[in-house]
Amino acid sequence: MEIDINLSQFHDIFFEESFEGIEIMESELLNLSPGTADKEIINTIFRAAHSIKGSAGTFGFSEISDFTHKMETVLDKMRSDELEITQQLISVLLSAVDSLNNMLISHREAKPYDPTLVENVSAQLERLTPHARTDSSPSREESCQGDNQAGSTNQGPEQRWRIGFFPHEKLFYSGNDPLRLIRELQTLGEFAIKAEVDNLPDFDDLDVHNCYLGWRIQIQGQITREQIEEVFAWVEGDCRLEITREIQRRSSEDRRKGPEQSGRRKIDTENRSIRVSTDKIDNLLNLVGELVITQSILNRVCNDLGMDSSDKFLECLEQLERNTRDLQEQTMSIRMLPVDNAFQRIPRIVHDLSIAQGKQVTLEFSGETTELDKTVLEKIGDPLVHLVRNALDHGIETPDIRASKGKPEQGTIKINASHEGGYVILRISDDGNGINSDKLLATANEKNLIAEGEELSETQIQNLIFLPGLSTSKEINDISGRGVGMDVVKRNISDLGGTVDVWSEQGVGSTFTIRLPLTLAILDGQIVRVGNQIFIMPLHSIKETMIFDDRAANTVAGKVELYKYRDEYISLIRLTELFNIEPETNTDHPELLVVFDIGDKHVGILVDDVIGQQQVVIKSLENNYKSVPGLTGATVLGDGSVALILDVLGLAAQHKETSSRVNTA
Amino acid sequence: MAQILLVDDSISMREMVSFTLKEAGHDVIEAEDGVQALDVVQENEFNLVITDVNMPNMDGIILTSKLRQIDSYKFTPILILTTETSDARKQDGKAAGATGWIEKPFDPDSLLSTVDRVL
Repeated sequence: MEIDINLSQFHDIFFEESFEGIEIMESELLNLSPGTADKEIINTIFRAAHSIKGSAGTFGFSEISDFTHKMETVLDKMRSDELEITQQLISVLLSAVDSLNNMLISHREAKPYDPTLVENVSAQLERLTPHARTDSSPSREESCQGDNQAGSTNQGPEQRWRIGFFPHEKLFYSGNDPLRLIRELQTLGEFAIKAEVDNLPDFDDLDVHNCYLGWRIQIQGQITREQIEEVFAWVEGDCRLEITREIQRRSSEDRRKGPEQSGRRKIDTENRSIRVSTDKIDNLLNLVGELVITQSILNRVCNDLGMDSSDKFLECLEQLERNTRDLQEQTMSIRMLPVDNAFQRIPRIVHDLSIAQGKQVTLEFSGETTELDKTVLEKIGDPLVHLVRNALDHGIETPDIRASKGKPEQGTIKINASHEGGYVILRISDDGNGINSDKLLATANEKNLIAEGEELSETQIQNLIFLPGLSTSKEINDISGRGVGMDVVKRNISDLGGTVDVWSEQGVGSTFTIRLPLTLAILDGQIVRVGNQIFIMPLHSIKETMIFDDRAANTVAGKVELYKYRDEYISLIRLTELFNIEPETNTDHPELLVVFDIGDKHVGILVDDVIGQQQVVIKSLENNYKSVPGLTGATVLGDGSVALILDVLGLAAQHKETSSRVNTA
Repeated sequence: MAQILLVDDSISMREMVSFTLKEAGHDVIEAEDGVQALDVVQENEFNLVITDVNMPNMDGIILTSKLRQIDSYKFTPILILTTETSDARKQDGKAAGATGWIEKPFDPDSLLSTVDRVL
């Protein structure tokens, strides 16, 4: 059967699967403790390596397959207690996992990788297993040759062979059939056969499931012994086999090699796929079904709509709305993944850093199954890693210092994920030294980051850590010295529509709290009107809406407006001025002030009317027009009109900039 | 055309083998490991079983010996997919009742010619 199959179509799934395998290997390696050979853990790692090796070879990535073979050899020795599990061994395997990861990435992106690291790790692996045969992994060419049933491609000289084939009685029980073998042999050349029936028992004693026959075969052609042995390979040990050559003439084999896999497919667009549990898809399909049914009922009701059916019509509409909402939720849930996807890199980092810095750290995760939008999840990884690094670099003390403070020598970093009212909260806490507020405040003053005479609460001081250009660490190590500051962490998180806060107690530890929206695609919006313009405000950050009192508004330095809200002066933002909107003139109703929570502060936005609340789908302005300061995006309302979505954080920052310019003026 | 049960925990290998067999006109049902495979054989009849060796839950060797204990699978061809070039695993497979093996890495053509050998 000639079939032309392009193996590159399976590459994407091979890469995805291999990266999963790498994650498994890494996390299981970190679970290994020196001195104890946990067979289950080693087996899991072995299986992952083995699986990559097999697939990589099949899909034409022979150097990946060779490399994993070396890992496998080491793992096999660990499994059989020939190699002792040491910290050093674990480290070598971890760097092997890194190398493998690099090789896979380079293949996926069709870019070259630096072979020195791979060679280096390869050599280390080989040193661990000096007696292992490292050449036992077959290269692609060999195997293709071996599997070729190619009597026709054999160019050797004519040979005549005599074969005696006497199967054991139970041959059929292995699923093998002598007839199949004989037919296969027949394809090799000119063929003569005679059956031996000497062992056939009396009819009464005959068991149809047993094989009593034997055969003597003569075959002639350009046939090698290997080809004949290949035919009988599966029944070796299940039969008596005699192969003799009549004319002894040594042949040089010259088999045509199978076509080389040439060139790698260049992947221009990254194929973004997520694996979804079938339950989720089933739910979705059910809901779509429901929706279609409701819709058709609605159509029918609509056709014979009389006065008396209007109740039923409304009922249907309500049903439709419920279904649509469920459908929307289910669709969203397809994009949701457990947050532990973002945690996977952390154990490795903590492992490496704590060894490098001579610290002892226990890592505790909780709430790993909390689900988060895939896009948010992908982008939260880096900030999370940075916060954990920070906890290790600046928080957790060395064992001797901890002991001198009466703390346990082993520090703890806890990472917790949970749902809190439409948000996912991630908490990263350590029981380290905490933030030195005095030092922080001094640095901030030194760098002129605080307005003169400004009184800051303890929380506000601690949150100064997120200001650009503020690092209290005097010494620069190889990790913190990479120039990524807490301000970048904060910016990354705000880009996701989230916030980050810190709470710290000197000597006791710090807790960073990240608040993230469940999804980036949909927003619970408050619809408001300013003049003749409709805006959407993010409902989640609205603290309250109140009647605007003119007397509470003050203009500072002739430019910036502040509003006395409770005991606090908050920024007052007039959208009419900001977006050049004709103010409403006939004011038969009072203006309203919408107060927002932003971090630990508040900001007020003046509106003419509050219309209602609605979930809106966020359409990017950047993709469709261009990015506009103060706006997150736009959305299409139920009546088909377009409304702009306000970026309250951005507006507040803009306002603050204006006010600081005024302050320094 | 044959009804083939394919057992492998690797999705990429399963996709590739299954695609190739289907292109050749066979019916393929997939299982992720030995446990799932034993479930599947309760409800379907197969002319051929192709199974990976190293799998979580139940490996291909145990699966093979369990299949051989089922009356209707006493004589069914069972091929194991193996990366081992050493004979040990193949002999384990044979001892458990496997018909033969397909050595990884393999290409679609050699897969089909091996399958044709037993059908």
